[in-house]
Amino acid sequence: MCQVDEDYQDGLERAEVPSVSKKCVKCKEASAAVVIRAGDTYCRGCFKEYFIHKFRAMLGKNRIIFPGEKVLLAVSGGPSSCSMLSQVQEGLSQNAHKKLRFLPGIVYIDEGGAVGQSVEERQRTVAELQAVFKATGFPFHMVPLEEVLDLPSSVVVMAPSPSEPPASAYKAAVDHFIQSDSSGCLTPQYQEQTLLPEVQESRTQVLQQLIGSAKTLTARQDLLNTLRQHLLVHTARTKGYSKLMLGDNCTRLAVKLLTSLSLGRGAQLAQDTGFSDSRYGDIILVRPMRDYSAKEIAYYNYMFNVTSVFIPSLDTKTTDKASIQRLTESFVTKLQADFPSTVSTIYRTSEKLQTACRSSCTADHPDRCLLCMCALDTAVENASAFQATLTSEQLSQSKSLGATRTEIPRQIRAPVEQCCSSGGGEDCGRAETGGDCCSSAKEPETIDLKSLLCYSCQLTIKDMASVEHLPQYILSEAQKRQRRYQMREEISEFLLDDGDEGD
Amino acid sequence: MAAPIAIHLEFGGGAELLFNGVKEHHVTLPSQSEPWDVKQLLVWIQRNLLKERPELFVQGDSVRPGILVLINDADWELMGELDYQLQDQDNIVFISTLHGG
Ligand SMILES: [Zn+2]
Ligand SMILES: [Zn+2]
Repeated sequence: MCQVDEDYQDGLERAEVPSVSKKCVKCKEASAAVVIRAGDTYCRGCFKEYFIHKFRAMLGKNRIIFPGEKVLLAVSGGPSSCSMLSQVQEGLSQNAHKKLRFLPGIVYIDEGGAVGQSVEERQRTVAELQAVFKATGFPFHMVPLEEVLDLPSSVVVMAPSPSEPPASAYKAAVDHFIQSDSSGCLTPQYQEQTLLPEVQESRTQVLQQLIGSAKTLTARQDLLNTLRQHLLVHTARTKGYSKLMLGDNCTRLAVKLLTSLSLGRGAQLAQDTGFSDSRYGDIILVRPMRDYSAKEIAYYNYMFNVTSVFIPSLDTKTTDKASIQRLTESFVTKLQADFPSTVSTIYRTSEKLQTACRSSCTADHPDRCLLCMCALDTAVENASAFQATLTSEQLSQSKSLGATRTEIPRQIRAPVEQCCSSGGGEDCGRAETGGDCCSSAKEPETIDLKSLLCYSCQLTIKDMASVEHLPQYILSEAQKRQRRYQMREEISEFLLDDGDEGD
Repeated sequence: MAAPIAIHLEFGGGAELLFNGVKEHHVTLPSQSEPWDVKQLLVWIQRNLLKERPELFVQGDSVRPGILVLINDADWELMGELDYQLQDQDNIVFISTLHGG
């Protein structure tokens, strides 16, 4: 009796559900399907166009990827990076003047070992993603995170960047490319198929020990991010790519920005969240998805069948307060729900950030953090908040420890055989002047890791029960740098100091 | 009385983990005096489908922020959100955009 219009309802076709009342703001004809921002309602077709255009515009505006350049796409299987992959495919299929003109490849880092997935689960995920990657026709590389244990120490050394091409070079390269464009030259000539290499169980255990040695989820996530990035950069270098594309979206970057602030990474914000990031020198990190919100990406992927694979991470099924990263994410998503425009304000702030260049970074090789590769922010004047923190920390420790200066977590005993067996006569010879390397078998050299790290990475290392589990490439580079500093100190009195002239 | 209605539910982006990893559910909502709306659906899902950790799916009487809802392939913001009245054969999709689901 209360359903007067029942018959009428049944007669309607599904597409004409009357409750979709709003029209698309773009074409003003079709009914809207997505609300991008308050008031911006798009129909399906216009939403697709807007989404595709934004990707090309982002790359076009920044002019950082040259025609014919090899670009490695870091695809985690998540919605954002899978969407990035589909946009690259879309861009390559466009007609000549709208076409993307670089040579893409894909890298997938399998972190299953770090998050405790079984071998079967890892294989299933890899197989699922491989099917997606194969369909693109791009070369792809499947790399287990365990390989981070065997990286060379050159990963944490900044490589010289190729000489910067003049601004006119970009246009010339594009013109040249359009002229010589036969669609054939874009399709990769060979299909490199790297299946996931067999991973020894013992390697997985070593990796788990390493991640597990971080006592808090905050530090574990930070450590995992660092290791993943090292492995990505290494893969790009060894496979001959010069750009690494990351799928960070605007929601993610807003979270990252606020997280970075809380983790004491203020000095590195601009690099951590900007469009391009040159901290590694030769490999430039690029974030083309930074204009998309997580919502836009989720809707696009759902509506246009972009496959993504759900991969559990360290914070899967954890509560809001499990880690600083998680808490920040929950703060940002709640903010997004209640005050939708504030999130884009946060991330737009990041665009305006620049790291003030101190005198030390004007040098050719400023000292860089051993882990995150950013310029060290710890060499600041005495009246800084950083020094104040240090002083109060030292005071509290000198009370409890009775004025001993040794701090267990930051001082580690490096494996001795490494130093001598590294074979480089140069290494041993250098050490003999300072640390008496070869006879140090009884008294191993200690590394003060702390002096080689930025403030934030120091905090992460402080949260680790022991740094002995850190991969060898980090430890041996630490040793090398330590010796270099010691040498510099020893000869410092013979060097002319330009700071003293005033007195 | 409103007749029972059959609807299709879909969970993605990691939200399916709270439902034993099952992404698609065909369910029938029993007949009740009022027509079903999304708000009531959320309560029903919590009682009948959700396997664990309700706080990771609902907050207050709405979905947890960061979980997106589509009603018949359209943003639920266009459909009246919690007040949308469900019709027979409706398709409701929940996608988590949170890191790690
Ligand atoms: Zn439209
Ligand atoms: Zn650092």
